[in-house]
Amino acid sequence: MSFLDLDEFLLELAPQVCMVFSPIMDVKKYPANVDLCLVEGAICNEDHLEMAKTIRCHTKFVVAFGDCAITGNVSAIRNQLGLGGRENVLQRAYVEAAQLNQCVPSMRGIVPPLLERVLPLHEVIPVDFFLTGCPPHPNKIRSFLCQWLAGDNPRLEGLDLKMG
Amino acid sequence: MAKRILIDPVTRIEGHARISIHLDDDGRVADAEFHVVEFRGFEKFCEGRPMSEMPGITPRICGICPVSHLLASARAGDDILAVQIPAAADKLRRLMNLGQIIQSHALSFFHLSAPDMLMGWDAPPEQRNVFGLVASHSDLARAGIRLRRFGQEVIEILGGRKIHPAWAVPGGVRSPLTPEGQKQIKSWIPEAFSTTRLALDLFKQILDKNNNEMVWFGNFPSLFLGLVGPDGSWEHHGGKLRFSDSQGRVIADQLDPRHYAEWIGESSNSNSYLKSPYYLPLGIHGGMYRVGPLARLNVCERMGVPKADEELRQFKQLGKGAVTSSFLYHYARLIEMLAAVEFIQAYLDDADLFSTHLRADAGINNLHGVGASEAPRGTLFHDYTVDENGVLTKVNMIIATGQNNLAMNKTVAQIARHYIHGPEIPEPMLNRIEHGIRCYDPCLSCSTHAIGQMPLSIELLDVRGQVLDEVTRG
Ligand code: SF4
Repeated sequence: MSFLDLDEFLLELAPQVCMVFSPIMDVKKYPANVDLCLVEGAICNEDHLEMAKTIRCHTKFVVAFGDCAITGNVSAIRNQLGLGGRENVLQRAYVEAAQLNQCVPSMRGIVPPLLERVLPLHEVIPVDFFLTGCPPHPNKIRSFLCQWLAGDNPRLEGLDLKMG
Repeated sequence: MAKRILIDPVTRIEGHARISIHLDDDGRVADAEFHVVEFRGFEKFCEGRPMSEMPGITPRICGICPVSHLLASARAGDDILAVQIPAAADKLRRLMNLGQIIQSHALSFFHLSAPDMLMGWDAPPEQRNVFGLVASHSDLARAGIRLRRFGQEVIEILGGRKIHPAWAVPGGVRSPLTPEGQKQIKSWIPEAFSTTRLALDLFKQILDKNNNEMVWFGNFPSLFLGLVGPDGSWEHHGGKLRFSDSQGRVIADQLDPRHYAEWIGESSNSNSYLKSPYYLPLGIHGGMYRVGPLARLNVCERMGVPKADEELRQFKQLGKGAVTSSFLYHYARLIEMLAAVEFIQAYLDDADLFSTHLRADAGINNLHGVGASEAPRGTLFHDYTVDENGVLTKVNMIIATGQNNLAMNKTVAQIARHYIHGPEIPEPMLNRIEHGIRCYDPCLSCSTHAIGQMPLSIELLDVRGQVLDEVTRG
């Protein structure tokens, strides 16, 4: 969503690109032949894993967008709970902290099972570019997009390399 | 044949979700369910960490309303330190929360929901989004983008960055408003007023044309919960809890948020990572309540600022007692934006905002603390238990969106029953069902403490709940 902090630059961007898939759009299926995809967030469950593979298959340039996609960031804190950790986290949220119907959500085909460990994007698919930040600063996103649109090999410098 | 339709993903909302719709043998809608499919587990993995880290960690639950988590977390910290924070710090936190309300509501209205209302429910799906809006209503899209930017800038001016500012801390805040910051915020005010006015006028026209939506989009009795001031006025940070019912009667008032657990129970669901909170004294069946803009306007008696008070008066005429249609969440959101701009304007000349006395210092004095604040989507609770060193031993969070879970389920069922007849389901009908969810502007990242975008699936189930068919929107 930090993408939307591009503010008026979005208006400039609109005629230059064709947005084909995004949570702010109603297209439900990842299209084929995508030039650029910004992937936000870490890989936490089986759906994410599948989606990452679909994206890689159909996209020329994949960007790990933000520290979660790059390192796992806060999403990966649950990894420290070690094996069995997913029972732990689920147990606390849905059994210990519920007054009624204490059960861990598990309906097959509806709630995707969690992965044992939260993974950064590049552990599951090859990534072409890393855009750091939690979230990436709009100036950084803008500088990346302008270089990419100009056909250059994008390079970040100075402050733009900062994580966090 | 009985069927299950799956809408997957639900789009133009924040987070991941699916909807299933159950049809009976005659193709009539028997039931519908809303499933949230993300989970991150903040409650558990925060244990063992110092309480003072929480205002830094918990905003990462969400990229849209990080400020709400920041503030609720800092408040829970105040409670653990057992301090009353300096008045200046309280005012500054309020100012930031108002910026947050504006940016989040603007996002919900202009970027996510307006495409349906302005381009039409039947507009081609690939155009029905903010980029489509830029093409079809460019002035409005620009005004909306700028209004959101204003809210984000208020946050940045105070906290140094737009998303995840490390600014509020247990005991107060880190830095005051600067004179340049004050000037900058002031320069935005006229434009912010004109855009909120524009949006309100526009919504009133939309309402005339969408009477059906008002009647069928989540229109049912429920309880409402929100913070109110001591005199029953609109409150967004501080204040006490009030529950009222759909006749507009106050059923519990001036409750200390610290004791929320006496009033709010939570039920888990096997088919969703989103739990269902309910009003404990009435149990899960009678205790469904809604939170967020609609609820806040229903529970309060006045906004406390003149322009928004006039709007509130008109708004209240749309209900007998309470306003019960969830379609009117949009309307309530616009009135709150107007109020937020008025409050910001009124606060800006307060000399306290420049004070450097902004933090109360203390050690760990209470082993348990609760912080509540109104996030754009509703009342947010952070509940921490610590040991004598301030290390967390237990964390519970009740997130705004979760509290609307029962109502969101009821809403999708109501819309599906009204619009779906037979196994053929045209795309615009599915979009209406999704819009039912968008009314609540759910942030599912927050609610399940997950992060990411949000798919929605609709599935058709037979009378016994067997999946007979699955239509995934593509
Ligand atoms: S803003 Fe931070 S926490 Fe949120 S997805 Fe981006 S990197 Fe992760």
